[in-house]
Parts: sequence; structure tokens; C-alpha cells
Amino acid sequence: MPIPATILTLLAGMALVLAGLWVGQNVNLLPLDASANAPVYDELFKVLFSIGTILFVGITGLILFSLVRFRRRSGDRTDGLAIEGNLPLEILWTAIPAIVVLFVGIYSYDIYDRMGGMTPLNDHSAHVMAAGDDRGRTWAGISPAAIDAEAGTAALPIDVTAMQFAFIFHYPDADITSGELHVPVGQPVALHMKANDVIHAFWVPQFRLKQDVIPGQPTLLSFTATRPGRYPIVCAELCGPYHGGMRSTVVVDEPDTFADWVAKNSPAPTPATPTPVQS
Amino acid sequence: MTLSLSPPTTPSAPQPLQPQGWLRYLSFSTDHKVIGLQYLVCGFLFYLVGGALAGAIRTELLTPISDFLPRETYNEILTLHGTVMIFLWIVPVVNGAFGNYLIPFYVGARDMAFPRLNAVAFWLIPPAGLLLISSYFIGSAAQSGWTAYPPLSLTTPATGQVLWILSVLLLGGSSIFGGINFIATILKLRRPGLKLMQLPMYCWAMLGTSILVVLSTPVLAGTLVLLSFDIIAHTGFFNPALGGNAVVYQHLFWFYSHPAVYIMVLPAFGLVSEILPIHARKPLFGYTTMVYSIMGIVFLGLIVWAHHMFTSGTPPWMRLFFTIATAFIAVPTGIKFFNWLATLWGGKLALNSAMLFSCAFIVNFVFGGITGVALAQVPFDIHVHDTYFVVAHFHYIVYGGTVFVIFASVYHWYPKFTGRMLNEPLGRIHFLLTFVGFNLCFAPQHWLGLNGMPRRVAEYDPQFQLINQLSSVGALLMAISTLPFLINVLHSAFKGTIAGDNPWNALTPEWLTSSPPPVENWIGEAPLVTEPYGYGLKPGELDLAATSGRQLWSSGKPDNR
Repeated sequence: MPIPATILTLLAGMALVLAGLWVGQNVNLLPLDASANAPVYDELFKVLFSIGTILFVGITGLILFSLVRFRRRSGDRTDGLAIEGNLPLEILWTAIPAIVVLFVGIYSYDIYDRMGGMTPLNDHSAHVMAAGDDRGRTWAGISPAAIDAEAGTAALPIDVTAMQFAFIFHYPDADITSGELHVPVGQPVALHMKANDVIHAFWVPQFRLKQDVIPGQPTLLSFTATRPGRYPIVCAELCGPYHGGMRSTVVVDEPDTFADWVAKNSPAPTPATPTPVQS
Repeated sequence: MTLSLSPPTTPSAPQPLQPQGWLRYLSFSTDHKVIGLQYLVCGFLFYLVGGALAGAIRTELLTPISDFLPRETYNEILTLHGTVMIFLWIVPVVNGAFGNYLIPFYVGARDMAFPRLNAVAFWLIPPAGLLLISSYFIGSAAQSGWTAYPPLSLTTPATGQVLWILSVLLLGGSSIFGGINFIATILKLRRPGLKLMQLPMYCWAMLGTSILVVLSTPVLAGTLVLLSFDIIAHTGFFNPALGGNAVVYQHLFWFYSHPAVYIMVLPAFGLVSEILPIHARKPLFGYTTMVYSIMGIVFLGLIVWAHHMFTSGTPPWMRLFFTIATAFIAVPTGIKFFNWLATLWGGKLALNSAMLFSCAFIVNFVFGGITGVALAQVPFDIHVHDTYFVVAHFHYIVYGGTVFVIFASVYHWYPKFTGRMLNEPLGRIHFLLTFVGFNLCFAPQHWLGLNGMPRRVAEYDPQFQLINQLSSVGALLMAISTLPFLINVLHSAFKGTIAGDNPWNALTPEWLTSSPPPVENWIGEAPLVTEPYGYGLKPGELDLAATSGRQLWSSGKPDNR
């Protein structure tokens, strides 16, 4: 006696789910993670990757099975069965995706909240004011308020100016202007970004962060680097002929190395020592 | 001497004023079938242009440095590629070509509601397309991408940008004329006795699409007029240097251009719903839910535009709302896909080119849909926005989705268009090359985007070279795949086997007339088709000639599957 189809279907479903979960956990398509929110992002990626694999393999499998099992044999001129619909089945496959999508939406909201994305941007709390932040309205981005609270220190403010075809970084506390972004590992950084000409976008793939830099609308991007190294900064918004060449580097240093870099690059008469890094 | 008689004249048939024969296709014909084929052939010619542009892009990306094209030219080419493929190939073909050809048949009419408007809508396209392409030779074509974001579009050479705007305005006008015509035809020209819920699914898809066209295209037109003021008259609507707001343009642009995605895929959904039941010999599964899901997609499609702007100047609450709304489009879309799977299940599937392209469409679109739900999630999108991941995603939707359906439709309706069958082995070669080439070209691009390659670049990090070359090989295969198709279509038009009126044994009204159909579609009264998908044996009713012992033993039930 053959094994009943229901049991085979159940087994295939279980195998599919397990395979999807395994793929999500074990196939890594992402670059190195170098910021505090990158592992959080990678968690979301794994969940989406698992769900996506299950769905895609399942549907492709069904199609291939149908194409083989239900193919028309030569000489067969008959029709299939006249099944015009099945309301309970329709409700089932409306409800399941709706629940999955809702779950994914809420989960990704939680992830975005953990990245600091839901923190109000124009909340002029004490330490932001203390850092001399009177730049006016911030239109979009990720506020440093959320990650400050975790790190327990104030964010290092850096002004970013994007122009065709370069990023310029200015450290207001140390009065350094640089073409390369240097940040200390473990300390929150707040990039105050403005553009001079057209829209650019600041993207560090290893940080999993991107924010458009928009003329006339200052934006803010905050992150905490977690892994020393050199990572590319990429302009991700078409900004003209040399868009592809508009790249820079972010150097994540150990705090000591970063302090040395600040000391070496500060303008000769330093009236006040650079505050956030001298320990 | 022999008496020579003057050749017998036929006084009964007066010389028609319209050109006859192949000349009709170059004339201002008001016949919906002629207009449909005009759209199809014209669109395909622009597809070849757009494909050549894509070839230039993939050639440039063979190496990490910008060495094949000047940088400005590269940006012109990527702008032209996007604009040509969207506005001159996919939108006109999937709406104009098949819509014009099929909708009057499906509603039981002899032509569209406004035949002259219909001809005007088509004849706007060739000049608009030539204008767009000529801008490259006049000075320089637009260089700011098909999105034309200001302030970049205000600073690149003005001639090209203004010609681009003019051309898109003309094409948008053509699209609106078509949309109005479809709505009027479907709602008002139905044959007496034909109810809305008896229409073939493609009518519903075109009704939904046309609603989107009529609601959203005027917004694009208004936006582009304002943009042209900013360029020509130096107004400051979108120019931050003059106090304008660059992000407002993005909102207005995507208010059209997100629905545009549904303008490109909903008709494809409709076409697949026509093709699958015929080649699976089964009724379309879940007709009513299919109709509601189309309307659900239309409604949701209008309120998701800001998901294109998650890294732009959008406040947090807006990002959240658009995440949820966007992800929910997966629900009505999912219903349609499950219904197609159920349509295939238990059928008698003919594995011909039309069926293979349709099934490949399902696979590709599901893949693109999954990456789409992922992209709807703000934190996910913040990493991959404006990268090759997005490029891969939308090519899976518009190429893997719509273009595959266009090919499936050509294989399916070619016998009706010409009266001759296409060559099946050549069709399968075309399918295999397209499917392999397409996936080889675009699947690796997901990885490129995740790992740091932004879109619209002529130069990139050398670590991405191998994957880019792989992708270019895929593009080459796609280019080659058009050859068997072209040979097939041209050869079969003259030498193909005669198809007969209804080679697929279909029930929809376009097959209930001769191939090709006469000028007013039917000699005599139009047929009343109230069950366009009435295929299949009713459960319990067995065709004895085709019954196997096993089916008799299980008394005709599909053995519990």
C-alpha cells in the first residue's frame, strides 16, 4: 500500500521549513559587520532570507511538480477537472501571507527602533545643545539620542559636506577638515550632513547604513563603529558623471590611535584639547 | 483577330479609402486590431533599441574602470535605457498592444469606444520615441536617470532634459488616452447580456490598470511641467538654491512611478490568467478573488510611493506607514499566484512556449516579490537602497515578470494575429536562452548590491569584477535569445503551419472568429461568452475514451490530491 499523499506532503513541508531555516542561518551573503546596528540588521536579514527561501523553493517546487506530473501526454485531448475555486482554501492563503507580512512588518519596526530610527530627530535634548548644535531642522536620518543612552557618552559630532564629487569631513571640536572619515571604535558618532549642489547619499556597506545628503535639507546619521578597519564610503545617489568615482574611506581606529590622529592633525595652536577622546 | 474584353470590374465593392494589406499598419487606421499590432511591433523595435543600450551598459561594466564610454555618455545611456524600456516598450505593449487587440473581443464589441482617439494615442508614440532618441544626437540626452531627480536634472545639459520631459509628456498623454478608452470600452461597450463578472480576467486587469493610469499619470505630467519651468524659466519649485524643495519632486514623481509598476504588471497578470487555463485545460481558479485582488492591488498601489524614499528626506512615522502598506501588497498579489498554481494543479498542461514562459514568469515574479517585501522593510532598505540589489529586484519584476509574459502572449496569440503557428522548437530555444540568460544576468546582482555596489555607476570596486562579468555574460545570452524569436516570427509569418481559427480549443471570444479576424471582428452577431473559462470535465463526469483503469477505480476523484 502506498504512503498516503497527506503524509508525504507534511514531510515535504517540514523538510522545506527546516531547509529554509538552515539556509537563513548558514548562507552568508553580507559583507563584514562593523557597526553596532549591523548585527541587528543581519538578524532581520536572516529572518527574511529564511522566509523567502521557504516561499521561493516551495512555489518553484510546486510549479516543477505540476509541469511534470500534470503534463499532457501525447494523444490526450481531454481536459482537466473543472474545479473553479475553493473558498476555504482562498481564505487560508490570504490569511497566512497577511499574518507573515504583519509579523515581518512589526519585527522590522522593532529592528528599526533598535537602530535608533524611531527616535525624534529634532529633540533638542541637553547634550545635543551642549555640543553646540544649532543647525536648525534636521529633515531625516537617525538621531544620536538613542545610541548615546546605551553607550553612556555623548556622540562625537562630525559635519559632512557632500559635493560633486567628494565628501568633506569636518570635526568641529578639534577643527580638523579631512577627506577621510576617522572614527574611534565604540563611541557613538553623529554625522551632520549637508550637500552643496545635488543630492548625494552616504553609504557604508559594512555599517548597513545609508542616508541621502540633500541640498537645503540637512540630515543626520548616527552610528557606533565596532570593528577597527578601513571601510569604503560610497555615494549611492546618481550625482553626475563622476558618481561612480565619488568614494572615500572610513577609518575605524582604536581610541588611542584615534586620539593620536586628532592630535597630529589639529591645527597647530590648539586652544582647547579635543574633548571627547582625551582620557 | 481576337476580341479582348476589358477585365471584369466588381461594382459591388467600392474602392476603400483606407489603405489595405500591409500598408494598413503604417496608416492612421482606426481598427483596434491594426492599432494593437502597431503598438506591438513599434514597441518591439524600441525594445531592440533599449536592449542595445543595456548591452552598452553591460559592456562598460565588464571592467571596474570607466573605459568603454565617456562618463557623460554612460549616464545618457542609462537614462535612455530606463525611459525607452518603460515608456516605449513595456507600458505601450502590455497595455496598448494586447489591450487594444483583445479588449473589444472580450467585451463583444466591434471596436474600441473611441477609435480615433485610439489611433491618436498610438501615433503619439513613434514621434515621442524618436524625439527621445534624437536628443542623443542633437546635443546630449538627459543624464539624470529615468527618475530625473532635481537638482541634478537642473544642472545637467538643459536641451536633453527638456526633450526628455517633452517626450515623456507625449507618452504620458498617449497612456491617458488609452486608459480612458479602455475604461469606456469595458464599462460601456459590453455586448448586451454580458455581465461584469463574466468578463475574462484581462478585462479586469485592464480596468484596474486604466484607473491607475488616469489617476496617477496626470500627476507625473504636472510634475514634469514644473520641472521644465525650473529648467527653462529658472523658477524654484524644486531648486533648493532658490528656496525650493527637492524632496517634494520625489513624492510627486513616485506618486506616478510606483503605480507605474502596477501599470506594467497588472496587465501581465491579466494575460497570464488568459493563457494558463487554456493550456492547462482547466477553469481559472478563484475568479472572484482574482477580481478583488486586482482591485486591492490598485488601491494599495496608490498609497505606497514613499517606499522609494526611505533614505531620503522622510520622517520616521512616514517610513513606518509605507513599510506596512507596501508589505501588504504581497497579500493580494500572493492570492493571484496561489490561484494560478491551483489552476495548473490537476490540469493537462501543454508544455509549449506560451506555457513555459508563463510558468517562468511565476517563478521570476515570486522571486522579485520576495525581494520586494524585503525592500519594503525600512531597515533592510536603508542598506540596499540605490544599489544593484534594487536593480536586480526591479528587473525580476519588469523583465522576469512582464517581458516574459509579453513573450508568452506572442506565442499564444500569434496564430490569431497571423493565422499561422509559430515554430515550437525555435520557441523553446528562445525560452531556454531567455530564462538562463535572464537569471544569470540579474541573480548575481543581488549579491553585488548587498556587498557594496551602488547602481548607476560606470566604475566600481575591483572585487566585484568577476560577478559583473558573469552578469554581462547573462546579458549577452539575453541578446542572443532575441535571434531565434525574430527568425521565428518573421519566418512563420510566411511559412508557418496554418493555424485555423482556434488552434488551442479556447473558449474566449477572440478565438470564435477567423484567424486573422475580419475588420469588425465577427461576421454576423458577436458571440455571448458567459463562461470564458468553462474548460474541464465536471467532477464525476468521465470521458470514457481517455479514462485509465486507475481513474475508474478512484471513481474520477483526483486521488485526494
